Amino acid sequence: MADIRSNFVGIKSPNPFWLASAPPTDKAYNVERAFREGWGGVVWKTLGEEGPPVVNVNGPRYGAIWGADRRLLGLNNIELITDRDLYLNLREIKQVKKNWPDRALVVSLMVPCEEEAWKTILPLVEETEADGIELNFGCPHGMSERGMGSAVGQVPEYVEMVVRWCKQYTRMPVITKLTPNITDVRKPARAAHAGGTDAVSLINTINSITAVDLDNFAPEPTIDGKGSHGGYCGPAVKPIALNMVAEIARDAETRGLPISGIGGVTTWRDAAEFLALGAGNVQVCTAAMTYGFKIVREMIEGLNNWMDAKGHASLDDVIGRAVPNVTDWQYLNLNYVTKAKIDQDLCIKCGRCHIACEDTSHQAITAMVDGARRFEVIEEECVGCNLCVNVCPVEGCIDMVPLAAGEMDRRTGKVVEAEYANWTTHPNNPMKAAAE
Amino acid sequence: MVQRQYEDGIVPGRLSPGDYVQNFADLHPPLDEHEARVEADRCYFCYDAPCMHACPTSIDIPLFIRQIATGNPLGSAKTIFDQNILGGMCARVCPTETLCEEACVREAAEGKPVQIGRLQRYATDAAMGEGKQFYGRAAPTGKKVAVVGAGPAGLASAHRLAMHGHDVTVYEARPKSGGLNEYGIAAYKTPENFAQAEVDYVTAIGGIAIEHGKTLGRDLSLSGLAEAFDAVFLAMGLGGVNALRAEGEEAEGVENAVDYIANLRQARDMAQLPIGRRVVVIGGGMTAIDAAVQARLLGAEEVTICYRRGREHMNASEWEQDLAASKGVTIRHWLQPKRVIAEGGKVAAIELEYTQLSDGRLTGTGETLTLKADQVFKAIGQTFEPSVLNGSGEAIALEAGRIKVDEEGRTSMPKVWAGGDCIAGGDDLTVSAVAQGRDAAESIHRALMG
Repeated sequence: MADIRSNFVGIKSPNPFWLASAPPTDKAYNVERAFREGWGGVVWKTLGEEGPPVVNVNGPRYGAIWGADRRLLGLNNIELITDRDLYLNLREIKQVKKNWPDRALVVSLMVPCEEEAWKTILPLVEETEADGIELNFGCPHGMSERGMGSAVGQVPEYVEMVVRWCKQYTRMPVITKLTPNITDVRKPARAAHAGGTDAVSLINTINSITAVDLDNFAPEPTIDGKGSHGGYCGPAVKPIALNMVAEIARDAETRGLPISGIGGVTTWRDAAEFLALGAGNVQVCTAAMTYGFKIVREMIEGLNNWMDAKGHASLDDVIGRAVPNVTDWQYLNLNYVTKAKIDQDLCIKCGRCHIACEDTSHQAITAMVDGARRFEVIEEECVGCNLCVNVCPVEGCIDMVPLAAGEMDRRTGKVVEAEYANWTTHPNNPMKAAAE
Repeated sequence: MVQRQYEDGIVPGRLSPGDYVQNFADLHPPLDEHEARVEADRCYFCYDAPCMHACPTSIDIPLFIRQIATGNPLGSAKTIFDQNILGGMCARVCPTETLCEEACVREAAEGKPVQIGRLQRYATDAAMGEGKQFYGRAAPTGKKVAVVGAGPAGLASAHRLAMHGHDVTVYEARPKSGGLNEYGIAAYKTPENFAQAEVDYVTAIGGIAIEHGKTLGRDLSLSGLAEAFDAVFLAMGLGGVNALRAEGEEAEGVENAVDYIANLRQARDMAQLPIGRRVVVIGGGMTAIDAAVQARLLGAEEVTICYRRGREHMNASEWEQDLAASKGVTIRHWLQPKRVIAEGGKVAAIELEYTQLSDGRLTGTGETLTLKADQVFKAIGQTFEPSVLNGSGEAIALEAGRIKVDEEGRTSMPKVWAGGDCIAGGDDLTVSAVAQGRDAAESIHRALMG
């Protein structure tokens, strides 16, 4: 059995699956249920400063988009940080940590961007014996209007400043949670790194309006006829999150900075992908909010089985393994030529590959061969774009098969060369001379 | 109430009132909105979809399903009605398992096609439920067209002709319109008087006058119609029933399945319908299945279908055969009727001979089997009765005993078109009759306006 125990910036957990700071981690009741199902850790829902708690709207807090059969693909929320009393939360955190010493318990924090505010709250959290803190620089709604959350995360100088305060006033590991609502996520990551953060976690949610109520012409979720942008998460955001994680993992300035991967993790496979792109662990929310805490069992088993099957003994064998393969477009091998190949035994003849290619791409798939409905790739036209693979409803029915060196590409009439050659040296590149 | 379930002979009231209600309830209850959305989500929106090609009326199935999936059931209904104005009935009675659903790529993918028929019903029910009419009439052309028969072919042609601005008179022999939709087809496939509701929906376009009790060859002549109208569309179906050609078939209790079903369809109270305790149905098509299943539903204790060839030769689809089996009907193959055994003039048993195929020919083996029966239904096919055309002008060319038409539905006689079960080369399906009626109407329209 593979060892999936996790040690993330010194915070140990029996597996790399943490629940992200969100409604599922707002109180002891939920967190203990999660631990009973096997979650390795939680980031407690964001605490604010002492005083009257924030209030939430009393109408809908969530909006969503769905795929076929109403499978939830993306969720959006306008909930704020915890609306429970600070000391109630702190007491529960302390008790839960005592009850579950082997699980990771990190506390998310968001207080005004003033040194005193942070200096005040940090000892209170430390007293709970929680394992660490996560700085919520991400929430894109509500709190940001009050100068917190993403309003901080969008200004690298603020990020660095707050991280510095936290490192100064607490012994606890500091995880800085980044907002994706920014042009270049490397900038705040570098700032957090400069401020001395122990790790970054990303992504927080994305500014979004999920839908418009066409009867009332109001954005959803709609509160008394009005709507506000909320934070988008769930499977739909995973590709954005993976890219941002990879950008930080391969950045010269932040390389090696521990990353907690967040964004649409729903299955063990999603988690493994984040790990491969450099995340040390993952945080999950939407999947739990969709299916309940039990999904972690599939994640644990699935990750274990995959690692066993591939001979990966521990998480360290997986973490960051895909990072060296993330590169810039200009370094991709232009001598790598693929052609789509349709497995006629698996083909169910829906014709979606044909119409996608015919209407929107390169007219490289037949609809009819010798008077019979048959979908075959016309190699002379196929540019190897992969669209047919993406629209085919049968997994594995269409493959992109690389041509071997020496074979002729029937589209270009050129023989495939064995040598790697990219855009930087391509004759069509006007910058080629400059590069040389 | 005394249960007469095990009484010999042909008697009514074998079951309790509740049993009849349950037995003749909708075979496939309609999908509710949630079910329809879930099912619609399964459609892949195929290119040049095989289901469309498998539909005799070429309904754009992927489009109408997508319209359901996107919350547009009325748009969906229009997509259906554009091709098939009797889409509501076809949704209920089409053997989808051998048409669109057999062709569905998800049948190939996982053996579970999208339930196209039930989705079609969902959409058409939505439109008909609120009386939504999608078609108006073109400006009057001043042309008059006679349609003989108010069955699926006749109604489809009448609707299309009326839409194009022609005035249509439909002559129907029976007291009600609908043809086999009203007088054939198993009751559990079209409950709640759907056939009449559909007739009303179709004729609501206007310009269609239906005269009931008018039979061609008796009240009307073809030459008279051809003279009085600009065009004639013949869609009178099949009038004759094949004989058993078995000794003693005149015995009391030997009946035509189609007549029995017609009677059943018109019955207000199923408890009043007499049915045998032991029923034998001779035949292998849909009529045999419908008669046998309904005999069981009326309380017959033993119902046996005897078919002279093998399972694979039966015209009834596998799905229909399974339905019969699930209702407790026994289907026996390779048996042909030899002799009806009567006692006191009433059928008491039927003697059947085993058959076999030798050199492609069906022959009796000489060995026989006798089944006790107090009722025998003949369901061995219907025939076209050309006598209705006889003596009414030029003879119309026939082919294989039915009216010969070209690809547009034109007969050999000028101004006369034909469609539905009365023409040669058809498959005796409601949906095909609709397609033929629609296409003949377009042909007539072109001819009249050309």
